[in-house]
Amino acid sequence: MPYERAAPAPNLVPIAFRAGGFLPRRIPFMAGATFAAALGLWWTATSLGWVSDLALPPPAGVLAAFSEMITNGMLVKHMAASLQRLLIGFALGGSFGIAVGFAIGLSSIARSSALPLVSALFPIPKIALLPLFILWLGIGEVSKVATIAFGVFSPMVIATFGGVDSVDRGLIRMAQSFGVPRWTIIRRIVLPGAMPAILSGARISASIAIILLTAAEMIGAQYGIGAMVLASGNLMRTEQLVAGVLVLSALGFSVSQGIGLAEKRLLRWR
Amino acid sequence: MDLVARNITHAYGGMRVLDDVSLTARGGEIVAVLGPSGCGKSTLLRIMGGLEKPVSGDVFTSGETAPGTLNPLTYVFQDFALVPWLSVTDNVMLPLQHHPMSDTDRRARVSSALARVNLSDFSAAYPKQLSGGMKQRASIARALAVEPAVFLMDEPLSALDAQTRDLLMEDLTRLWTETQFSAIYVTHNIAEAVRLGHSVAVLSRRPGRIREIVKIDMPLAERREGAPELIRARDAIWDLIRAEAAVADREISHAL
Ligand SMILES: Nc1ncnc2c1ncn2[C@@H]1O[C@H](COP(=O)(O)OP(=O)(O)O)[C@@H](O)[C@H]1O
Ligand SMILES: [Mg+2]
Repeated sequence: MPYERAAPAPNLVPIAFRAGGFLPRRIPFMAGATFAAALGLWWTATSLGWVSDLALPPPAGVLAAFSEMITNGMLVKHMAASLQRLLIGFALGGSFGIAVGFAIGLSSIARSSALPLVSALFPIPKIALLPLFILWLGIGEVSKVATIAFGVFSPMVIATFGGVDSVDRGLIRMAQSFGVPRWTIIRRIVLPGAMPAILSGARISASIAIILLTAAEMIGAQYGIGAMVLASGNLMRTEQLVAGVLVLSALGFSVSQGIGLAEKRLLRWR
Repeated sequence: MDLVARNITHAYGGMRVLDDVSLTARGGEIVAVLGPSGCGKSTLLRIMGGLEKPVSGDVFTSGETAPGTLNPLTYVFQDFALVPWLSVTDNVMLPLQHHPMSDTDRRARVSSALARVNLSDFSAAYPKQLSGGMKQRASIARALAVEPAVFLMDEPLSALDAQTRDLLMEDLTRLWTETQFSAIYVTHNIAEAVRLGHSVAVLSRRPGRIREIVKIDMPLAERREGAPELIRARDAIWDLIRAEAAVADREISHAL
């Protein structure tokens, strides 16, 4: 026997597990149940008269307002006006923002000239520019679209050039060492490398765009979800107001889902 | 084609990194450059491949390159430098894309390079799906595909574990036996240097200076772990390193 087995200790105490928690997971069906509970509370509060219909209309009233707006075509009219402003403003601001972000990320001249300008522009609450744009461009669509585009532009610039800066220099040197042309390096190394940052910038600027859209429509528009919400408030048509707010929530949700989808497709390699 | 560095001296912000280094990579030969970490090996290799300008000294090539050579001086990097969002095939294809040739020729180059490193079955994989050794083989395939005149290898095996390193040394030996490429093979590992170098340039500590160039005549394909000729070379190199360490110790003790 090379060694003696130690005699067992008289009382064995199991060790405690200490590594629990800090790992939140998704519980299936919990989300649906939470929404159902919130709806139930809403329904109970309104049908038992805990809150007046004027302050918070019952779910059935909101539903009725929805169906009225669908049948008389107003929902489509408001949605179409809003979506058009949002899409054009976002596309304009986004593409200019990405272009300027790339320029700042790649050229010393752009970094020294455009970056300070964008940094000065960034903290302005862009809605403050709407009156100016109305003076310049009139009360029509262009001033609203310009406000949204401006609001999207500066966060997009900052996200893009941060993304370009974060691209692995080793990969760029590798490509240069193989004689890969500059434009190909930008297209195949820098752009995909900056894509995660560009997409998260798009997520942030999309929510900014929706805020600006609503605000701009409240300031002066005949059609649009923001205009509809404001008008409903003025007429104390709360059920229509709540319906409008729900539409805005759905709009924001679908935009963020869309970006999530783009992330899944474009960043598959991660 | 030969690659010749003459009297290279380099410094970073007053810190001298290379001191009057002259080195020649002759056609068909592997020159191992051996030196401790931080002595300026990577800097020397960057200078010799045109990725950095030396403070003084010159780098030349002399002689013709083979007709199929697309990128005469081609690096193999320690960290592989594979593009994460490109498949293995597309990584190997990337340096071919801008050269005027048919798509069929490009694809043929890629598949033959992948076959030579036994990665044909992984052509559609992304880098993150590969082991370290496979990543380095993919990066070697990318280099093979442009048919370099001189490979510039910067510690290509240093990021790998010991077993993988041995396997890859065998792969490199086989590849060299198939086509006698020339290479500058930078390493801090004596075993790698004597296994793969036709000659070993031993660098001093920073600032890197060439102490001696040790020739090893044994053919690459016959080299085995523990071969007497390799042990002799290793011991000779160890003596050089010991002598320098002793000098450095004396310098430090004088300075104290
Ligand atoms: N771009 C750089 N800027 C400043 N110092 C550097 C740079 N590259 C390398 N160095 C320094 O030069 C010395 C030699 O570096 P390197 O050539 O990478 O050595 P090795 O490859 O032999 O380990 C090190 O001290 C390193 O910190
Ligand atoms: Mg190094």
